[in-house]
Amino acid sequence: MEVPILKQGPYLIASVQSALTDADLLQLRDGLVEKVGRFRSRGVIVDVTALDVMDSFASRMLRDIAHMIRLRGAETVIVGFQPEVAFAMVQLGLTLEGVATALDLEEGLAFLDQKIKGNERGQGPRG
Amino acid sequence: MKGAGSKPGGSPVATSESTTALLRELVAHLRQNRTGLREEWARRITEAKLLTAMTKDEVFAEATSVYDNYVEALETGTFEALQAYARNLSERIIPRGVQTDEVVGIVLLLRDVLARSLFSRYHADFDKLNRILDAYEPAANRIAITVAVGFVQERERTIREQQEAIRELSTPVLQVRERLLILPIIGVIDPQRARQLTEQLLRGIRTNRARVVVIDITGVAAMDSNVANHLVLTVEASRLLGATVIVTGLSPEIAQTLVNIGVDLGKMNTVGDLQGGIEEAEHLLGYKVVPVSETGTPAP
Repeated sequence: MEVPILKQGPYLIASVQSALTDADLLQLRDGLVEKVGRFRSRGVIVDVTALDVMDSFASRMLRDIAHMIRLRGAETVIVGFQPEVAFAMVQLGLTLEGVATALDLEEGLAFLDQKIKGNERGQGPRG
Repeated sequence: MKGAGSKPGGSPVATSESTTALLRELVAHLRQNRTGLREEWARRITEAKLLTAMTKDEVFAEATSVYDNYVEALETGTFEALQAYARNLSERIIPRGVQTDEVVGIVLLLRDVLARSLFSRYHADFDKLNRILDAYEPAANRIAITVAVGFVQERERTIREQQEAIRELSTPVLQVRERLLILPIIGVIDPQRARQLTEQLLRGIRTNRARVVVIDITGVAAMDSNVANHLVLTVEASRLLGATVIVTGLSPEIAQTLVNIGVDLGKMNTVGDLQGGIEEAEHLLGYKVVPVSETGTPAP
């Protein structure tokens, strides 16, 4: 199933609704990387609340998306990992190194707001 | 297999009637010499430095009831009463630190003491002695096994109950401020408890919408590489849920162990003590704790 990508102010929100095939993931990646330029977005949120499994390909895709979006000049945050999914992922060594994560959509938006405000003031975000 | 039970080189296979008769004779003998044998046994127990956790009088009192139960089991050939007694005894002496080898030791001592008395009674009639021992030994062995098994079972039951209690005492996940959880860990962490801790913490992060978690391990005496790696996994899983983890209270010993076994703690944010950890967490969340006198405006 194709993942809808919604534009919300300066952000793009991709809300994953069901299990994704590898092709869906590639489509999601291409869609986000393309739209972030078209809409001049400052941030991208990928919401994975609905996923109850995450394999190595999916987590590599999420990491790739985050890195590509950064190269396109925006920030990515992955939100909504289920506790079980999170623990299963780290047990498999899929730790999404260098990718920002947040609890849910609201937290993700707050994170991006803060990050972008920090960048506008000419200083990095906290931490 | 029945034939193998009878002693080689001795009397012909004893019928059950004659065994019963012999046992009856045996029991009469043991009843008759109760005082002397009991004292002899208690003396041997003290000599062997068994049951040191109990006073002399207690040892003697227990010895008396064990002796009576022993003789009764010999007489009736049923072990239910003895089993119940062994369980009851174990229940009383386990909390006092009596060990398995002590319990097995005293039962075997009693067996020896009684066998000695049989020797001295029947040494004139070797054939009779042989038949008496044929009757006595299997029964005595079964008694020893019954008592030992009863003790071990009771002990295992105690251990199971304690494990259950520990599991129920399991570590709470506490919210100390909006968005800030603390997880104080006390005691030994085994793999099962580690799993439970992680599960509770990750759920806690979701339900409390936590952004920072302080895991305090001041109360953890030792940590092996499995537990340490589990801790690292927990930290990373928490990060995937959007929470930062601060680990506090690593003792010098644990710090040394972790460095020696080469656990990668690079991804872990550690602070010396719980206070420091909470201060760091408040800093991350943007809180600033100021004494009332310095706020300038009086409290409303």
